[in-house]
Amino acid sequence: MTASALMQILASGLLMGLIYGMVAVGLSLIFGLMDVVNFAHGEFMMLAMYATFGCFVFFHIDPVLALPLVAAVMFIFGASVYVGVVRHALRVKVNAGMVQIFATFGLATLIQGAAQFFFTPDYRNIGDNGWLGGKTLELGGLFLPLPQVFGAVVSLIAFGGLYLLMKHSDFGRALEATREDKGAVALVGIDSNRVFALGWGMGAALVGVAGAVLSTFYYIHPQVGAAFGTIAYITVALGGFGSVFGAFAAGIVVGLVEALTAVVLPPAMKSMGIYVLYLAIIFLRPQGLFGRL
Amino acid sequence: MQPTILAATTAPAVAASTNAADDAVHSFGRRRRVQLVVALVIFVLAALSPLVVQNAYLRNVIVLTLMYAALSQAWNILGGYCGQISLGHALYFGVGAYATSKLYVGFNLLPWFGMLGGGLMAAALAVVLGYGCFRLKGHYFSIATIVIAEMGLLIVHNWEWLGGASGIQWPFGEDSWATLQFARDKTPYIHFAVGLLALTWFICWLIEDSRWGYWWRAVKDNPEAAESLGVTVLSSKLAAAAISAFLTAVGGGFYAAFVSYVDPDSVLQFRFSLLIVLPVVLGGIGTLWGPMLGAVILIPLTELSRSYMGGSGSGLDLMIYGGLVMAVALLKPEGLVRLWPLRQGRRKEVAP
Repeated sequence: MTASALMQILASGLLMGLIYGMVAVGLSLIFGLMDVVNFAHGEFMMLAMYATFGCFVFFHIDPVLALPLVAAVMFIFGASVYVGVVRHALRVKVNAGMVQIFATFGLATLIQGAAQFFFTPDYRNIGDNGWLGGKTLELGGLFLPLPQVFGAVVSLIAFGGLYLLMKHSDFGRALEATREDKGAVALVGIDSNRVFALGWGMGAALVGVAGAVLSTFYYIHPQVGAAFGTIAYITVALGGFGSVFGAFAAGIVVGLVEALTAVVLPPAMKSMGIYVLYLAIIFLRPQGLFGRL
Repeated sequence: MQPTILAATTAPAVAASTNAADDAVHSFGRRRRVQLVVALVIFVLAALSPLVVQNAYLRNVIVLTLMYAALSQAWNILGGYCGQISLGHALYFGVGAYATSKLYVGFNLLPWFGMLGGGLMAAALAVVLGYGCFRLKGHYFSIATIVIAEMGLLIVHNWEWLGGASGIQWPFGEDSWATLQFARDKTPYIHFAVGLLALTWFICWLIEDSRWGYWWRAVKDNPEAAESLGVTVLSSKLAAAAISAFLTAVGGGFYAAFVSYVDPDSVLQFRFSLLIVLPVVLGGIGTLWGPMLGAVILIPLTELSRSYMGGSGSGLDLMIYGGLVMAVALLKPEGLVRLWPLRQGRRKEVAP
């Protein structure tokens, strides 16, 4: 293989990896905040993809413009899921651990079934009809698909914004304080329920942005969330559960490993590399690269 | 004055408490015997059901209900008693189905041996995977099981020796118990499924009052405390995983014989992990009757909705599963078996 071909593969792996980071970060954020895994994370993304597709088909709004709209809708959706489902699951005293798993797991199944029922199992795509579809960007001899470049840029902006928000705003400090000690923040007048609801809103909005970006070049169908959900779990496990910036770094690793696997194995097996990577993590370093167990 | 009063009051109290303990032991023993009798009656009735139900479609539903009750009960050993929530049991189901099919079609080995072989392979796999995964707690473990099952699906999909994506078709043969092929009358499948359910139920019944059963429940409630009392947590979990995987794989082998066909999407998909877990969540995790109750409610419901609402592609069955799981998890986390109040509980209220 020539050096330029390898560069091409690494570049597309990097772009995809930045998008994976954005898919996973919401999961990690919620987990870090309250030690709850959202098993419906992938399904949130699938809903965002359908929302973007709906905007495009019915209102002729390009995904690039629909992105903030979808993020806002997903924020409200995520916060409502916390208020309507997760809050009640946290209150249950019997079988507490299992209830938390099965409440969001049931929600995932419900959303997937509803998508199949209302949107049919057909594969849909926006593809070349959108502004970005089918275009490529030439950069120093490398040909990069424009939708992926757009996704990577959005991901960098999202992570940058998240960093500023976490370090330099009252909300970020409240978030950090709540994840440290839920009881103590109540004493200084922070309503942990509100912080949790906002956290779920942010987690859903982030995965919603990822969904909107992915809908510019990926097929949209009811099972798409399950596939990306698995990648999000692997990314978060690699970066360390709860570590927001671990998700960023791990997303890039996952993207690169996936791209390189496709060189060695047939394309249908491209996920094998990240599965093996995942097994290696849980056997050798269960806390992930940046996490605490 | 004080001491004598104390002495006078404690003596009968001690007598009363030993009486109560005796009572408890007796009622415990009686309850265990009642359980056996009730189970026996249920299994005999299920085995006799073909006498009443003549319709071939309904007989199919009975076979599936019994099979999922057995699979769910097998999951319950690891998930319910030991508290390790596996969302990837489709892997063991698939190992059983594929081992049985490959050994029969490729090597002419009767499905009975295939089921046994598949069960042992699944148990060995469960031990190897468990060795790595059991260090993970709670939801970390559940996620690992999902990813590993997906990995299994991907491997089998691309494994030509196992038929790749098109799977393995069983040859048509005469009806016989040796090959477990019954093309015309499905009654023998009902009998086999009853046998499998009876076996898994009886194992759970034995476990409930065995040292392992107490260990597993201790591991589930508080692993650190269990460890400090001398329970070897890891080997405890590994034993539970191995037994659970073995029985799940035997169920998978039975399913392959029942449908005479196996392919990756029909046995290794996430959907199967879901179908194995749901009855027990619905009925009651870690209970003797929960899986059966859950399967009796869930499987006929989804089979009927599937045939009357047009195919599993509509997603209606998934909506039913998801909605029920959420509702039960949030409203009745002990499961539907607890709709019947416990006998002991009632007596305790009356006692003083």
